[in-house]
Amino acid sequence: MKEQSSILIIDDERVVRDSLTKWFEEDGYIVGSAANAADALRLLQEQKWQIILLDIRMPGMDGIELQPRIKQVDPSALIIFITAHASVDTAVQALKAGAFDYVTKPIDPDYLSHLITNAIKQRNLQSENLKLKEQVAEFSKADEIVGDSPQMKKVFEMINTVAVTDTTAMIRGESGTGKELIARAIHSNSGRRYFPIITINCGALPEGILESELFGHERGAFTGAQYRRKGKLELADGGTLFLDEVGNIGMKTQMDLLRVIETKQFSRVGGNEIISVDFRVICATNKDLEEAVRAGTFREDLYYRLNVFSINIPPLRERKSDILVLADYFLKKYGQAMGKTIETLSPEAKDVLVQYNWPGNVRELENAIERAMVVGKPPCIRPQDLPFQLSEKNAMPVSGSLASMEKIHIVNVLEQNNWNISRSAEILQIDRVTLYNKIQKFGLKKP
Amino acid sequence: MPPVIHIIDAIPLSTRDRESILHSLHQIFGVSVVLSNKQIDIQKAFDTGRNQHNSTALLSQLLRHEIGKTDKIIALVGVDLFIPILTYVFGEAQLSGPAAIVSSHRLANRFYGMEDDVILHRERLEKEIVHEIGHTFGLKHCRQFECVMRSSTYVEEIDVKHLHFCAECRTLFQQFINDLYDSQG
Repeated sequence: MKEQSSILIIDDERVVRDSLTKWFEEDGYIVGSAANAADALRLLQEQKWQIILLDIRMPGMDGIELQPRIKQVDPSALIIFITAHASVDTAVQALKAGAFDYVTKPIDPDYLSHLITNAIKQRNLQSENLKLKEQVAEFSKADEIVGDSPQMKKVFEMINTVAVTDTTAMIRGESGTGKELIARAIHSNSGRRYFPIITINCGALPEGILESELFGHERGAFTGAQYRRKGKLELADGGTLFLDEVGNIGMKTQMDLLRVIETKQFSRVGGNEIISVDFRVICATNKDLEEAVRAGTFREDLYYRLNVFSINIPPLRERKSDILVLADYFLKKYGQAMGKTIETLSPEAKDVLVQYNWPGNVRELENAIERAMVVGKPPCIRPQDLPFQLSEKNAMPVSGSLASMEKIHIVNVLEQNNWNISRSAEILQIDRVTLYNKIQKFGLKKP
Repeated sequence: MPPVIHIIDAIPLSTRDRESILHSLHQIFGVSVVLSNKQIDIQKAFDTGRNQHNSTALLSQLLRHEIGKTDKIIALVGVDLFIPILTYVFGEAQLSGPAAIVSSHRLANRFYGMEDDVILHRERLEKEIVHEIGHTFGLKHCRQFECVMRSSTYVEEIDVKHLHFCAECRTLFQQFINDLYDSQG
C-alpha cells in the first residue's frame, strides 16, 4: 500500500470536499478538509499537510489571499489551485504566487491522479534534498570547531543561541583563535545556511578598494572599471556577510556601512540604482574597539550596531585542556591527508604541547602538528618532531644577549634534527659552512 | 451472519453476463451474492448541465434500502457517472460502508470508437464491480499493477488488472471477514 501522504482540501463547496475526500481516501491518503480560510489555518496548525488543494474563489478570504498565509505556516507545503473557470490570468497569478499547479473543475480523474503523484514525488524530493543538506552540514560542522574546555562549551552554547536569531554578532579573540570558523558555524546553523556566507577581510584592503569590494561598481565608475561588478553586499543577499578585522575599516566606509546595515539598501559605486539586500552581519576583530571608539577612530553608532551579541573566544593558553584534544584532531586530519599511520603523541610530546603558551593560538598548534607529521615517524610524534623545545636547558631566555639566544636556537635546531647538518642549515636558512663555523664558535658538541 | 452482496441490475445485463458476475463475486468474496429486486431512480440523478448522472446521488438512494447490518449493496448502471469535482467515474463506493455503484458506460469499446467486444466488456465490468465492493470491505487502492484494487482512471488500466486480489489485499480482506465473525461471536 502507499505511504500515508496527507492532502488538505480547502473549498467552500461541500460536495467538492466530500467527493475529493472519498477519492483520495480510497487511494490511501490521509485527507482533511476545510470550508474556509479560518478552518484551513486551524488544521494547518494542528498537523502537517503535504499537498494542499485550494479553491481560488471562496467567500471571505479567497485562495490567492490565503496562499501566502499557508506558506507562512508551512513553507514546504505544495499548493494546487482549483478553479472553476480557467483563464491564463488566473493560472499565471497562481503560479506566480508559488503554486505547484492548478486544475480546472471538473477535473479529469486521470489528470488528477498523475498530478497528485507528481506533487508527492516533488515533495519527497524536496524533503530528501533538505535531509541530505542537513547531513552534509552535520559532517562539515564536525570538521570545524574542536574543544572540550568549559570556556569552549560556553562558546558553543552562544553559537547555538545566536545562530537561530538574525542578530548581528561580534566575534572577538586573539589572532589564530578561529574567529572565522565561529562565524561559519553561526551561519551554517542559521536559517540562512542555504545562502552564501561572504567573507571580506577589511584589514587587507585599502579604503577605496574596500568600498568597491563591498558595494560593487558601475562601468566607468573609476579608471579601470571596464565592467559593472557586483559587490560583496549583493553576493551576500539572503545569506551572511562576515566582516573580518572590522576594526580596520576607515571612517568613510564605516559611515557607508552603517547606512547599509540600517537600511539594507545601497548603490554601486558610480551608480544611482538603489539595490535592496537582505543579509545578516557577523563581524570579527582582535582590536580593542572600545578604545578605538574613545580615540575617535571607530564610529560609536557603528560600534553599537555591530556589537549586539558578542562572543569572546579565549586564547589557547587559557584553556589548556583543549590543547591535546585539538592536537589529536589535527593528528588525525593530517594523518589522513598524508597517508601516515602516526596516531598518537608520546607522553613527552604531550607535555611539551601543554606547557607551551601558544601565542599564535589554534593556528600555531595546527601548523606545529602538520610539521610534526611531516618529519615524524610512526608510531608516535616525539618532542623532537615538534618545531620547538621546552626543556629547561634549551628554553629561550626572556632576556639576554643576541649571541646567547642564537646559540640556544642553533642547539635546539640541531637536536631536533639529530645533528643532521644539512637539514639544520636548511631550517636555519644558512649554508652548511656557516653552520659549522657557528658550531665551532659556540663550542657545541654532538651528545 | 455472513454478509450478503445484493446486486441491483439497472443496465440490464445479458443472462450470460449476469451469471458470470454472480459466479465471480461468490468465488472471490466467498459470500452469498443475490440479485435484488430493489429499485433506484436513475433519472433523479441526471444533471442537465453535464449531461451525466450524479454518482453520489445514486449512492444516496442505495443507502435508503434496508439490508442486513453487514451486507453490501451494489447498483450496476449503463449511464455515464460523475462526481462533481471529476469529469467522470467508472464507479463509486463507500469505503467500509454498505453501498457501491458501477457504470458500464465507459467500459464498452464503442465509447472509444472501436468495435464492441462482449467478453472484454464483461471482464472490465466484473473487475470494476469487484473493485468497488472491495472498497466497501475497507480495501484501499493497491500499488500492484495486476491487483483488482489498483486504481484505474482509463479502461486500458482495467485491462491490465486481473480479476482477483493480490496476496496483500486478499489477507486484508480475510482479516476483515475474520474480524466480522469475531465481533458476531
